[in-house]
Amino acid sequence: MTDKYDAIVVGAGHNGLVCSALLAKAGMNVLVLEANAQVGGAAVTREFTEGYSTSACAHLLYQLQPEVRKELKLSPQLATEDMSTIALAESGQHLRITADSVEGVSDEDAEQYRRFRKRMTRFADLLRTYLNKRPPRLGTKNFKDMLTLAQLGFDIRRLGKEEMQEFLRLIGMNMHDEVTERFESPLLKGAISLDSVLGTHLGPRSPNTIMTYLYRQAGDHGRVAVPQGGMGSVSEELAHAARGAGATIRTSMPVKRIVIDNGRVTGVETEGGEVFSSYTVISNADPKRTVMELVGAKHVETGFGRRIHHLRARGNAAKLHLALDGLPTIEGLNKKDFGERIVIAGDEHYVERAFNPAKYGECSSEPVVEMTFPSFRDESLAPTGKHVMSAVVQYAPYNLKAGWDDAAREAFKQTVIKTIAKYAPDIEQRISASELLTPADIEREFHITGGHWHHAELTLDQFLFVRPVNGAAQYALPVDGLFLCGAGAHPGGGVSGAAGRNAARTILRREKAA
Amino acid sequence: MKQGPVHQGRLKSPFFSRLEKLDFVNEWHEWKGYSSADQLYCSDTEYFAIRNATAVFDLTPMTKYRITGPDALDYLNRLVTRDMAKVRPGRVAYAVWCDDNGQVIDDGTIFHLREGEYRLCSQERHSAWLQAAAIGFDVTITHETEDVAALAVQGPTSYSVLSKLNLDGLGELKPFGLMHCDFQGTELMVSRTGFTGDLGYELWIDPDKAEALWDALFEAGELHGIRAIGTTALDMARIEAGYLAAYEEFLPADETVRTGVSRSPLELGLDWLVDFKKPNFNGRRALAEEKRKGSVWRLVKLDIEGNKEAHHSYIFSNAKASGSNIGFVTSAVWSPVCKQNIALGTVKTPHGKPGDTVWVEIYYQREMHWNRKMAKATVVDKPFWFPPRRGATPPGPY
Amino acid sequence: MKTYDAIVVGAGHNGLTNAAFLAKAGLDVVCVEKNDYIGGATVSRNLYKDWWYSNCSYVCSLLRPEIYRDLELHKHGLQVTPYGGSVQFMENGDYYGSYHDHEVAYREMARFSRHDADAYKTYSADTMRQCRFIRDFLLSTAPDPTSLRPKDLMELARIGGKFMNMGEDRMYETIRFWTMSVAEYLDEYFETDVIKTAFSGSGIIGTALGIHSPGTAYVLLHHYMGDVDGNVGSWGFARGGTGAVSKAIAGAYQAAGGELRTESGVDQIIVRNGKVSGVALENGDEIQGRIVVSAMDVKRTFLTCMDKNDLPEKFHRRIENFKIRGSSGKVNIALDGLPTFPALPEGSSLYHSDMHFIDSMERMERAYDDWKDGRWSEDPYIDMVIPTLSDPTMAPPGKHFMSCFVQYCPHQIEGRRWTQEEKEAFGQTVINQIANYSPDFKDLILHAEIRTPQDIEDEIGITEGNIFHGELTMDQLLFNRPIPGYAQYRGPVDGLYMCGSSNHPGGGIMAAPGANAAREILSDLKRPNTVPENWGDD
Repeated sequence: MTDKYDAIVVGAGHNGLVCSALLAKAGMNVLVLEANAQVGGAAVTREFTEGYSTSACAHLLYQLQPEVRKELKLSPQLATEDMSTIALAESGQHLRITADSVEGVSDEDAEQYRRFRKRMTRFADLLRTYLNKRPPRLGTKNFKDMLTLAQLGFDIRRLGKEEMQEFLRLIGMNMHDEVTERFESPLLKGAISLDSVLGTHLGPRSPNTIMTYLYRQAGDHGRVAVPQGGMGSVSEELAHAARGAGATIRTSMPVKRIVIDNGRVTGVETEGGEVFSSYTVISNADPKRTVMELVGAKHVETGFGRRIHHLRARGNAAKLHLALDGLPTIEGLNKKDFGERIVIAGDEHYVERAFNPAKYGECSSEPVVEMTFPSFRDESLAPTGKHVMSAVVQYAPYNLKAGWDDAAREAFKQTVIKTIAKYAPDIEQRISASELLTPADIEREFHITGGHWHHAELTLDQFLFVRPVNGAAQYALPVDGLFLCGAGAHPGGGVSGAAGRNAARTILRREKAA
Repeated sequence: MKQGPVHQGRLKSPFFSRLEKLDFVNEWHEWKGYSSADQLYCSDTEYFAIRNATAVFDLTPMTKYRITGPDALDYLNRLVTRDMAKVRPGRVAYAVWCDDNGQVIDDGTIFHLREGEYRLCSQERHSAWLQAAAIGFDVTITHETEDVAALAVQGPTSYSVLSKLNLDGLGELKPFGLMHCDFQGTELMVSRTGFTGDLGYELWIDPDKAEALWDALFEAGELHGIRAIGTTALDMARIEAGYLAAYEEFLPADETVRTGVSRSPLELGLDWLVDFKKPNFNGRRALAEEKRKGSVWRLVKLDIEGNKEAHHSYIFSNAKASGSNIGFVTSAVWSPVCKQNIALGTVKTPHGKPGDTVWVEIYYQREMHWNRKMAKATVVDKPFWFPPRRGATPPGPY
Repeated sequence: MKTYDAIVVGAGHNGLTNAAFLAKAGLDVVCVEKNDYIGGATVSRNLYKDWWYSNCSYVCSLLRPEIYRDLELHKHGLQVTPYGGSVQFMENGDYYGSYHDHEVAYREMARFSRHDADAYKTYSADTMRQCRFIRDFLLSTAPDPTSLRPKDLMELARIGGKFMNMGEDRMYETIRFWTMSVAEYLDEYFETDVIKTAFSGSGIIGTALGIHSPGTAYVLLHHYMGDVDGNVGSWGFARGGTGAVSKAIAGAYQAAGGELRTESGVDQIIVRNGKVSGVALENGDEIQGRIVVSAMDVKRTFLTCMDKNDLPEKFHRRIENFKIRGSSGKVNIALDGLPTFPALPEGSSLYHSDMHFIDSMERMERAYDDWKDGRWSEDPYIDMVIPTLSDPTMAPPGKHFMSCFVQYCPHQIEGRRWTQEEKEAFGQTVINQIANYSPDFKDLILHAEIRTPQDIEDEIGITEGNIFHGELTMDQLLFNRPIPGYAQYRGPVDGLYMCGSSNHPGGGIMAAPGANAAREILSDLKRPNTVPENWGDD
């Protein structure tokens, strides 16, 4: 046994860092243990080939909660912000969405889009309030829980009769129906569909995709930015804040298990055999890994273990990184457009068709792609005159029927490059090095079960009161002193810091009560 | 996977050919797909075979699982409420298992056959739950109901009967002990267990040897009043012994639809089976909370005045049956050996403490006409029937 | 000219039920029907020699027993005979059967997986709990959550109370149940593909969703919550085909003094001074009425039979966006004898069951992918029954009627009307799939009626031929059905009501929307209520 800490955080992902920084600020003696050599978890910048770096998983910043920024006095340096989204058309007649306006569509569509955004923004704001709260428990006599529930009811009512009706109707609906009801432009329908399914195992026809869209907007209203130096710089800033508040962060310290004695947490043991003791352990790891591997089934009860076992976390998003000798040529784009967010999602059917094979454990033959060229505004990422492309690609199912191996990975990489080449015919000549991270790779490298963006599928049956599962939705796991603070907990993934902050607040409230 | 079509109709136990020969009344019911006799000749006679001589009951349809693997003990310890570490090889434990809310899924017996190798025996079938409980454990659970033929040999002369089979070590076998011996070149497992509350054994053998075992047993028992019995007699004995039956005293919690119809072990009088010293087991948190706050229900053993059996009766706190009932009778029988009108029931706390007086509303039929009687009943603490011979080792040659 | 108290448009089972309860309250009611037969999609038709076809709906379970009893439908000739079981034929020559006898059913499941056999009891308890929760609200009007009226608040409180009564864990399970897909729901209980497939069909029947679409677990409920004689979840055949149901309700209606007019298709619902005044028929006649109740689906009611100018603009737009999708077709077949299914033992009770010819979840979902692309499923999910095995009245002795419900089948082919060739090809797809498991089947076919959603729309009038008059997705359920703010059977114009399956609680031969609408109408008219109350099932 070595030092005794007030709290140990397992994993220095952005949520773990937010949580530890807030706990340390409150005067707790916090130790953070990170398996990888860098802090940040899936929000890191790393060199994928000599001289070329990019954000390894998450590559855009759009959800960092203002509460987190304020409380930790963060001011991430942005290479670019308020990025437009350009949806590519094979014809070169691309569509451009900037904030709430859209170019390249009929006036009617543009007006509809403005209205659509107005409503979605309003609902996203409502949702956002609850992303930053601990979900209430149902059916208990806890005053705070009842208050939160009453407030939720009140907030929905306060939307006004008509908007309340719309909210209750839309929250379980699919994006496909909403976009086909509203819009004509295929590209617009495709781009919105893409935003509603990124990071999930859903297609635009799947009910629930309005909710996932709203979730995405529930940060900066869908305003997208790229941090200077990649996502790793956000993590570094968070780590800096945590250290500044007195937390100790130790990297390359993979945790082997969470030590439990007589039903209560007493510390953690690292792979290296070191034991750190604390009566409070907070796991930034995903719920499955936390419960099944770090804790062990024998320390939880069967029903709970079974729920964790059934937790759906099948990642579908792959990450493509290209080292480019120069920018590719895309007909209809100006050079400065390479600083924007460029998507390939022909129309809502295209996105749905890309999803189809994922249901059967196969990769999309025509994937949807979200591309950025981060080096365009940030010279630190590539040698002068050269560029880096970073793309999120769907769908590449974690549980590929044939299994992921080098050949399968290479084949999908070629599929993606071919898809991009339809719009950027010279891209293949420009590639000097490339890397594709499948969900299986993401699982291995970032220790996220299923390589899932949200650590657990973001659907209504795994949301709010039941995220990740019944009995753990208030951050505390059913082992005394053990908590979750990662994306698998409420509200979910994305670089928002909400889960980490909510967890920290829950722990501090308990400390105060004790 | 077995090829279809599936067997239609009832299954026959390996003892069926022998039971059929002894059957005079053709009264059978279905027990987990098998034909099982209500009675073969006369249930009262069969009952007295249990209390006075030797009764043989076909246990084969009992659900049996084999649990093996390095984590078998850890697995069982998380599964059931009692501490299985204390159950050494060669011992048998009565145990109860719960869901996360501390509600009973079933009770049964766990046989520690050999180091790290267990058999779990229960009335109901639980593969799904047992497999869910195995997530994260290095353990193998094998369903073996059809692979093991089983007989209960119960009653004061049962030791004398079995002695004639020359089973090594039988005399030293203590209650809840088990031993392996040879029967005609096949391994026979004998456990000193049963559902009658009397001196008795259970025999477990390969189904191929079932008939041979039966024949040998009946030959040995000829002069000791051996008799095959059906479920009716067995049920009388188990109520006298105060044993619980699934679907009578409780429902498997994972099959209930309504809220509040399941029971916790504390509510079934099984506090002694719940070991809070174990750091974790299914239901521990909920049961600790229940212990702190108090239970809703309490299982009671009732000694009822008069001789009218109190089947399905409501229980009241007063003779006038005013106010709402405080519970109901779950099993009732006239005990021939105790000459007592007895019952098991479930009542709301704080009613039902030992020594309390309650009233049961009995409806009984006489020549088509129904009569009602409010009968006074006393809550008793101990089983109605608990003879010293049950624990005697070596048992006497009754 | 005579002015009726009420005109009910459409003599389907809901229209007739509604009309019957209004007539029982002493109202002077006329029910008008465009076809020369009544019943809408609840019909038995003599389409070939001595065969009677249940050519749309074909089985019965949801019909509210309260209504059955109150309208004394037995006196009007209705008899529902339970049938049981189901079978999934498998590509490997085996099959998975579901049997009446619990132990045989158990043993069959255990043949594939003992885990699944034991999981079934928990699965059915959990599903039954959800059924019990929803069944209680079938014969009541959905409360409006935006309203502050005591009636709505009380009903909301009642639902809330019932929900709370489940206890914390089961409340969460309920939330999950209502939002998850049937495939995921089944994954939590079962491990065997064919067993999951057998249960999953109920999650998609009649919907434009796949088994993996969130929300389909609820649809499962819609097929489980019915009962025959209190046996929840069991299904039955109406003696004489499903037309017997509408005939009996019509009998009750006429016995109460109601008037029935067939071949009287409504062209327009007439609105004068912001109030309905009657209907104009396609033949030019006009019928005057104080109120008009439409049993048609809401799209047909408001988009076809009403003037846009009579409707609020937002209402109109929302009705336009109401989702009612053709996703299922039917093939009805007259047979010269009973086809044999060699996989089954001779005389197997499974001949009396629902037969399916699909054995994996992947095939189920792929069938849906075809529909999304505007085609019928190449490898469809077929729910096939031979009601003549239990009902001697539908075909001559020794002959049989076979009903095949087919999913998925689009309303239009890639956005245009079906051609005759395509329709034939669709029918062949179905016949071939069955023939794969029954070599003598094709030779026994005497006559086959192929019905695409478009045919059902053309003939019965239901938009896109959707069996539920509108998708059963969360955005169109309870207080959202058909559209928010209009979930209490009242239309946007004074005197106009809706009583079809587009309204809560939705489709199937339930008769609940018709009855619920009658209760609301009678309350508005300050007449005594004639609609029975929910019995509850405790």
